[in-house]
Amino acid sequence: MSEAVIDVQGLTKSFGNKRVVDDVALRVGKGQIYGFLGPNGSGKTTTLRMLCGLLTPDAGTGSCLGFDILNQAAEIKRRTGYMTQRFSLYEDLTIRENLAFVARVYGLGRLRQRVDTALERLGLAARQRQLAGQLSGGWKQRLALAACILHEPELLLLDEPTAGVDPKARRDFWDQIHALAGAGLTVLVSTHYMDEAERCHEILYIAYGRLIAKGTIRQVLAAHDLATWSVEGPNLHLLSRELQQLPGIDTVAAFGTILHVCGRDAAALDASIAPYRHRPELHWERSSPSLEDIFIQLMAELDGNGQGSNGLGSNGLGSNGLGGNGLDINGLGGRK
Amino acid sequence: MRLFSLSRFWAILVKEFIQMRRDRLTFGMMMGVPLLQLLLFGYAINTDPKNLPAVAVVAENSVFARSLLRAMEHTGYIRFIGAPVDAATADRLIRRGDVQFAVHIPPDFAEDLVRGRQPALLVEADATDPVATGNAVAALQGLDVTALVHDLKGPLADLQSDRAPFEVRLHKRYNAEGITQYNIVPGLMGVVLTMTMVMMTSLAVTRERERGTMENLLAMPVLPMEVMLGKILPYILVGYVQVAIIIVAARYLFTVPLMGSLLLLSLAAIILIAANLAVGFTFSTMSTNQLQAMQMSVFFFLPSLLLSGFMFPFRGMPVWAQVIGEALPLTHFLRIVRGILLKGNSWPEIWPDLWPIMLFLLLAAVLAMIRYRRTLD
Repeated sequence: MSEAVIDVQGLTKSFGNKRVVDDVALRVGKGQIYGFLGPNGSGKTTTLRMLCGLLTPDAGTGSCLGFDILNQAAEIKRRTGYMTQRFSLYEDLTIRENLAFVARVYGLGRLRQRVDTALERLGLAARQRQLAGQLSGGWKQRLALAACILHEPELLLLDEPTAGVDPKARRDFWDQIHALAGAGLTVLVSTHYMDEAERCHEILYIAYGRLIAKGTIRQVLAAHDLATWSVEGPNLHLLSRELQQLPGIDTVAAFGTILHVCGRDAAALDASIAPYRHRPELHWERSSPSLEDIFIQLMAELDGNGQGSNGLGSNGLGSNGLGGNGLDINGLGGRK
Repeated sequence: MRLFSLSRFWAILVKEFIQMRRDRLTFGMMMGVPLLQLLLFGYAINTDPKNLPAVAVVAENSVFARSLLRAMEHTGYIRFIGAPVDAATADRLIRRGDVQFAVHIPPDFAEDLVRGRQPALLVEADATDPVATGNAVAALQGLDVTALVHDLKGPLADLQSDRAPFEVRLHKRYNAEGITQYNIVPGLMGVVLTMTMVMMTSLAVTRERERGTMENLLAMPVLPMEVMLGKILPYILVGYVQVAIIIVAARYLFTVPLMGSLLLLSLAAIILIAANLAVGFTFSTMSTNQLQAMQMSVFFFLPSLLLSGFMFPFRGMPVWAQVIGEALPLTHFLRIVRGILLKGNSWPEIWPDLWPIMLFLLLAAVLAMIRYRRTLD
């Protein structure tokens, strides 16, 4: 990793007595795209908001773009583009008026020219006189991106930018993001889409406010070493229910006509599915786990741990391949 | 499907109750506003004010004069504040609105009375608000010989006839004909400004929050002061248009006399506008949605309307209500605008009512700045 754009430790935030972000440490390198993943309510938005000064952390230290996150929020805001989860420009202003507003707030010179350039670059020129409220989801997202890169920030924080946007628009959006990163911009983008996670240079997985995994996709996959089988055949929903009861099988998930059966303990998994492998109607095949399998697995373990009820957590992640391959898994037992 | 279904109706009913209970503030307002109205209307409002402040200008201190002044107090409508003063002071007190009446006892009153010349007693009334002075005026004019019954004894008993031995001459100042519009129309300027300014700004920040644009605004490097001033200034212009419309209407539709300086009036108006905008901005920072902001505005507007002396005579209210009234900017602005337009008041007379509005503005602005959060916490 080259020079760190974001370098924070011990970031913590509670709302009421619910700890939403718990001791999160991040190091983000320049010109990279980081995918921020995790279930709903895991603290992704809160973390992003703390990084750009919208929320004050309860605890934690560190810097963002070389400025202290606790008392130099104004400097950080000036150099950061933050795209909110919900469209947050003015619906009763036109595209052009919205961009001009943003440009004025940042005190940018050559207003007209700058707005024109932004409109051209994102293909908004033809619609510049339309009210933002009348735009479809994809166009709103383009406008929001245009607005948050208008002041040429060094860091982009994107909070689920592609939620509810069609695949074509998503692809265009990601091409833009890559172009920006290529020009030296650092991007931290939260998403629920695995295909988007795969377009990131590195991913960060957060759940229950804790950073559970980070690294390149290859590193994350390798670190978890999840034994995976895929099975095809009739009446898979019945099979799925049976398999879930068996020892060594941690998750079973349907992907169309295929079931993914995963478990950390390869031997136990093989033993459990052995009787089913001889059934003629089922077609078994050893496969490699997808990122999604890993995350579902991680969440399942955390659920067990978080509620402290079933036994899943006890032999949990602590024993899993850690450390050596650049992947951190922070002590999961701590959530009590 | 077409028939009225009890269970569907029940579903809506239950949902409404749940939502009503969730929005504590709205619920509180639904209970609070009627209660406030009840208490204000019930206890504070009195269209027959008694004990109106008055001063005496006594050119000749005689037994008769003292008896007459006492008899005036006995009507219950006026109360002399302090010792008798000279004519110039009395004039100033009336202009400033410190007293409602000035009673002049002319020189040689006793002699003229004894000689049966029926001397005249001058009562000056500040008649800007005809409602406030109406009953008191009637009571003073009704003073007759009974006022002096104890003094007219022995050789003077002859004077106790059907005809009163003196005459009460009334001089209604500022609004001699008792035209209600003269009082109401200038007052409306303050009322309209209070209503619209508070309401419009109270929606300003709340709207940003409700539509989610607040998050974006906060993520940008804007200072609270910049947001507040930027949001308030357009409404100051709107407020000025309102003032202009009301002045034109007052002049040409209602023929209200414009005695004083319009420049001075616009200075007072800008301070009132700013004070109201600061209140609105404060409400805006406290409410989570536009409905709540609206309700808070009403909660502020109602006492302003009822306790400021706009609808009902200020001096008719009990002390606690007057204290609340004194805290409201509208109360002071009403005195200023009526003073300038009807009495031709200038700087020295309006200052005692101008600084309370400025103080209010300062407090409201500070509160608004404190309440405006730069983060989403």
